[in-house]
Amino acid sequence: MNGSAIAASGLRKAYKDKVVLDGVDLDVRTGTIFALLGPNGAGKTTTVNVLTTLLTPDAGKAVVAGHDVATETRAVRAAIGVTGQFASVDDLLTGEENLLMMADLLHLPKAEGRRVAARLLDRFDLVEAAREPAASYSGGMRRKLDLAMTLAGEPQIIFLDEPTTGLDPRSRRTMWEIIRELVADGRTIFLTTQYLEEADQLADRVAVLDQGRLVAEGTPAELKRRVPGSHIRLRFADRYELDVAGRILPEATRDDDNLTLRVPGDGGVRSLRALLARLDEHSVDVEELSVHTPDLDDVFLALTGHGNKEIDAR
Amino acid sequence: MNVIADSATMLRRNFRHTMRNPVALFNGVIMPVFLMFLMVYVFGGAFSVGVDYADYATPGLMLTTICYGVGATAIAVNSDMTTGFINRLRVMDVSRAAVLNAHVIATMLRSLVAIAIVTGVAFLMGFRPAASFLEWLGVIGIVVLTVLAIGWLTVAFGLAAKTPESAGLAAVPLMLLPFLSSAFVPAGTMGPGARQFAEYQPFTSIIETLRGLLTGAPSAGSAITAIAWCVGLTLVGYLWARASFTKRA
Repeated sequence: MNGSAIAASGLRKAYKDKVVLDGVDLDVRTGTIFALLGPNGAGKTTTVNVLTTLLTPDAGKAVVAGHDVATETRAVRAAIGVTGQFASVDDLLTGEENLLMMADLLHLPKAEGRRVAARLLDRFDLVEAAREPAASYSGGMRRKLDLAMTLAGEPQIIFLDEPTTGLDPRSRRTMWEIIRELVADGRTIFLTTQYLEEADQLADRVAVLDQGRLVAEGTPAELKRRVPGSHIRLRFADRYELDVAGRILPEATRDDDNLTLRVPGDGGVRSLRALLARLDEHSVDVEELSVHTPDLDDVFLALTGHGNKEIDAR
Repeated sequence: MNVIADSATMLRRNFRHTMRNPVALFNGVIMPVFLMFLMVYVFGGAFSVGVDYADYATPGLMLTTICYGVGATAIAVNSDMTTGFINRLRVMDVSRAAVLNAHVIATMLRSLVAIAIVTGVAFLMGFRPAASFLEWLGVIGIVVLTVLAIGWLTVAFGLAAKTPESAGLAAVPLMLLPFLSSAFVPAGTMGPGARQFAEYQPFTSIIETLRGLLTGAPSAGSAITAIAWCVGLTLVGYLWARASFTKRA
């Protein structure tokens, strides 16, 4: 159960003189969610393409579901499902026809194919739209249909390349729920994302990819501890309140001009409540409070010494 | 065996596409019919080609019909590539020929339907072929070979193009080539340069073969040239398409 679902070492890929993957090592345990976090152009999709047999690396070795990606392509393909960055559903077919097409391509018997399609439509809440052409679906529904098509083959390892990019917040949460359920069924999920929050919400382990190299790997909590950006900002009505609060919270940094205190913390509800309780005890009035959690920019700045946007600009 | 089952699955998909997006078929018929009116009723009177102009122009219009129809194929193939549909199939280990075979077969069926309609209109406009049953079979054979050649080339264009728009553009030269062939006027009447081009380009030999068969006077020479062109172009298109399919991820 706790074997390696995906193990890669020294993956390299270059297009002409542009290095896309520069020695990537990965180890994903069976039954866990692994997130590969990075900005556009970091090499996330290339990594997925290599692990899913679509692309041959220049160097390195990858073993997926116990099979070598380069030499046992067929066995790897039988064990995996891939949902690409753009929902690759057939717009002119209905949701149901899309799923039946997958069943046919998997060479399931007709009756079995219809059962699988009906079950997936039900599971992804697409029964009402089943007879509508996929072109009429919302972004969230398309992603769900796309994932349902991937699941028709009962894959044990599922690759999701930026599964929520471009989705509205509500659809994103639905997608997260679905991903959690998939892994609860014992599957392994390998997902790529640009959002630290997504990795934080879903992943057991996160690896940060930057210009083809892994710059950090660990649990979401471990990663965030390496990022100094998380803090609570308190603003006070006058200098007196600021002085009192400053004495109560010696760990805070003060900014006299703006009458603010910057208190380091993880931004969690518990630490926030504790902080407010301390201020209450001393009857300090806080004019304004805001919580700052690190985003991908902060993570990148902390881990690589350059910001996310710099990479985009290149 | 999976190749056949998978090709059939993909062909069902393409068939549904055609039925649900009849504009593609409509475009493939309406333009050649419009061209036929233009050529036979408007310009044809001024052309002296030695025979009734409807009889002269119909073989060329059959070829033109094929060329107008394949724009849709290039766009469909390209959008399968760019939307990740083909990658989905590759990861599923679907036989790699299936999706391309289906596009070519669908192109074939659409072209045959369109040519049948265009030929029907030609009859209404005074087309009176003198072909025997065997010669008609020959016509169908040449048409099928031509669609195979143009179809595979178009599939290769579609796979190689970066966007559906540029894939659609790739079909434009095909639409212009008939004008630089013996489709509407004999090559011998053209200016220097154009004449040599028209005489040696593949469409002229195909059109001359069709014309010979339809007038009941088939010419073995142009038939051999036409068949050689078709087989050669099919091979080039097929190999090019296969290479692009394997390479692009």
